Amino acid sequence: MPRTIRRIVAGIAAAAVFGGVVATALADSTADEIAKYRDALQDGNPAELWEARGEDMWKTPRGPKHVSFASCDLGLGAGVVKGAYAQLPRYFADAGRVMDLETRLLWCMTEQQGYTRADATKNVFGNGSAKRSDFEALAAYVTSQSQGVKMNVPLDEPHVHEMYALGEKMFFYRGGTHDFACATCHGEDGKRIRLQDLPNLTKVEGAQKAYTTWPAYRVSQGELRTFQWRLNDCFRQQRFPELVFGSDASIALTAYLAGRANGAEFQGPAIKR
Amino acid sequence: MHRMNIVRALAGAVLLATSAFGMLYGCASAPAGHAVDDRAAAMMKSSFKAHGQATLDRLDQDETQRLCSEYAGRALPQPVVERIEKANLATIHFPADGKLVGDWKSGEKIAQSGRGFQYSDDPKQAAGANCYACHQLSPKELSYGTIGPSLYQFGKRRGYTDETRRYAWQKVYNAQAFSACSNMPRFGHHHILTDEQIRDVVALLVDPASPLNQ
Repeated sequence: MPRTIRRIVAGIAAAAVFGGVVATALADSTADEIAKYRDALQDGNPAELWEARGEDMWKTPRGPKHVSFASCDLGLGAGVVKGAYAQLPRYFADAGRVMDLETRLLWCMTEQQGYTRADATKNVFGNGSAKRSDFEALAAYVTSQSQGVKMNVPLDEPHVHEMYALGEKMFFYRGGTHDFACATCHGEDGKRIRLQDLPNLTKVEGAQKAYTTWPAYRVSQGELRTFQWRLNDCFRQQRFPELVFGSDASIALTAYLAGRANGAEFQGPAIKR
Repeated sequence: MHRMNIVRALAGAVLLATSAFGMLYGCASAPAGHAVDDRAAAMMKSSFKAHGQATLDRLDQDETQRLCSEYAGRALPQPVVERIEKANLATIHFPADGKLVGDWKSGEKIAQSGRGFQYSDDPKQAAGANCYACHQLSPKELSYGTIGPSLYQFGKRRGYTDETRRYAWQKVYNAQAFSACSNMPRFGHHHILTDEQIRDVVALLVDPASPLNQ
């Protein structure tokens, strides 16, 4: 643990230095500088703090029923974490539903640990020390156990296949006051908003690079963010109503993007601006 | 059995039958057609909640949004292009006093601001157009996006004519009158900007004194 903290402190110092570099080099090679900044941080990713908290949480009995996640099946058997994230979303017969990681965690909390849905979803996204999210910590831990594992979402399974197809439709669904769809910003190569590069998620390489680097520690927010958060905040900027945590639409879009990432090694939790 | 459960069970059965059908015919990636569109629309309605000013009716598509979604990633057939552009051209109105050009300094502020219409925004504050998110405009602003074309020297290149001013007004008002399924928001048609604000953005584009035209 002290070693982890030393690495994180070094990482934050590197972030400060490179922050200055980024500011002075805006015009020419912003993307290069950001890539260097990311490399410098990679060795001391604060996401490790969330991973450690999540691991404790995973192993400790919790909830009204005093049950740990050892009985939670993420698709590879009760309590099995290694490699599980790389095969999500998948169909869970006990729930009769395709689920992504966070939806499955929520299911285990309500069905096995005895939480009400309202209690379990009180803090799905954290907000500094004022509001810590169990989901962000648990997702950090579970996803860290798929590092280096090739994405392998079971797209041949009919329920997953259906969700993938619906997710693709959603990706291109234009609506709201600004006519935005996911594809508006993520449908072409080499585009950016202001100076922020945008992945082209309609291409396999773009989807692979983006999907395999969430969850991520967001330097600008000082928080570890999950894929549910990523989608939720995209829709806010799209001027859509609020995406419900664990909703079918969130799972369908995740199935679409995770499925397109199949074959690429999972690298999260990563670090982003 | 609760009524809701029966509906869900039926929907599930239909869903299973449809995906089995898709598999049978080796439909590998995107099962096209209206059945998937309808299911996607229904799924969206149940997956979002109203939050502040962002109410659920924002998910309801007008004909332009529906067609642009349907043809996304494919070439638009010419009759569809004409249908969309005609319908959107018909939405454009000019201000009663005929004044199309306002204050470019105010236009620059509107172009810089990304505020407005997100559920996290204060609906009482004026919205921006966030032009710089997607376009290069004034050369002084280095932080610009590339989803749209560069508008540097827009007025200078096109000439400071009535035609340029009228085109700029209409393009900001409803971009899809000229370019079906453009990524650009329809700022006048959707009341994102007021007439007064559109005037100021037009000034930023066409005023010879605007930094964009230097």
